[in-house]
Amino acid sequence: MPNLKDLKVRINSVKSTQKITSAMKMVAAAKLRRAQEYAEEARPYSARMDRMIAALAGKMSDVGGPKLLAGTGRDDCYLLVVMTADRGLCGGFNSTIVRASRKRIRQLQENGKQVKLLCVGRKGNDQLQREWGSLITDSLEGITRGKIEFSTVADIGSRLISMFEAGEFDICSIIFNRFQSAMTQIVTEQQIIPASIPETQNEEETLGMYEYEPDETAILAELLPRNVSTQLFSALLENTASEHGARMTAMDSATRNAGEMIDKLTLTYNRTRQAFITKELIEIISGAEAL
Amino acid sequence: MAETTLFELVSPERLIISKDVSMVVVPGTEGLFGVLPRHTSMLSALAPGVIDIYEEDVITERVFVINGFAEVTGERCTVLAEDVIPVDKLNPEELEETIVKIRAEVDNADQADADRLNKLIVQKEAVLQAMRSVKL
Repeated sequence: MPNLKDLKVRINSVKSTQKITSAMKMVAAAKLRRAQEYAEEARPYSARMDRMIAALAGKMSDVGGPKLLAGTGRDDCYLLVVMTADRGLCGGFNSTIVRASRKRIRQLQENGKQVKLLCVGRKGNDQLQREWGSLITDSLEGITRGKIEFSTVADIGSRLISMFEAGEFDICSIIFNRFQSAMTQIVTEQQIIPASIPETQNEEETLGMYEYEPDETAILAELLPRNVSTQLFSALLENTASEHGARMTAMDSATRNAGEMIDKLTLTYNRTRQAFITKELIEIISGAEAL
Repeated sequence: MAETTLFELVSPERLIISKDVSMVVVPGTEGLFGVLPRHTSMLSALAPGVIDIYEEDVITERVFVINGFAEVTGERCTVLAEDVIPVDKLNPEELEETIVKIRAEVDNADQADADRLNKLIVQKEAVLQAMRSVKL
């Protein structure tokens, strides 16, 4: 028979766990709202950037264009930027990204490609370290703490570009969670170098009717590196929103589970208490009868 | 009311300005250009400098932009800029300090990093010069 005191201790400990998880849920909900706002506010920039690139790329497609657009002509070495969270306790958020990356790495390696990894976020680095430690070129932490600054992301972008120019990789893509809703995040792989040309929504304007100043090539040379940073930035924003969403959902169900557990334990506690009382009564009564 | 054109100023973080204006003067890499309604379509890279926004032929707002692009069509003028600073909040001294700091970093950086930092210094100095030449 379980000890009454032990039960009491367990109930109390589950209760304090529940308090923590429900507080974490609240925090995550507040952060999610902010992260979502940031992600939405950042959209106009990338939308307009896409529009410009589409207009330019349409013109350049026959000429070839700079390396960042046309690629190196090879696809031997892939750089995967794996975006995860710095912290855990957010359900399957980190593991789904890591699983997707693992699959992708295997697939690339089977095809005889060389793979390099850049981890953004501590958790991804931790989980990939064991199996692919030698592939990880670098790992960045603490970017998603607080508000994500564009300048920090631009630094990463310029580093990627200088690596690309030094011929360290041919193709770069990012793996991150696209925010759908607080419940669902979609693991997405997006190629950023060479730039994937955004689909042109042929609106009223026909391509190539622009005048360019200085000229197409010079503008593209300026625009493409910025586009890399912009894509990284919006991916990071989406990822952060997803992280908070995932954490909120995970903590919500943790709180609910803790509640169920408390109910169950309290029931056992009461039963046991009654059983003890009955036992004592029986002892007293049978003692009295024996006299 | 006179004819207007839609002016949008967008930074990576958010849409900063979006309104109908009578004219904007934008610092293109090849020189300043004014955008009036029904301007011909063009794409231009921007030099660090000030955008003057005219409403009813008076300047109503002035902003300093760094690393920008302008897309102009007949109906609108969209400026994408990585850094946007209102003219009255410009702080060349701070930038100068940053440059000094980067210089110090160059001395104990390896070759690849030093190249990158030197490029950065050149960029920042261009920005600094532009900031200094702003007439308030």
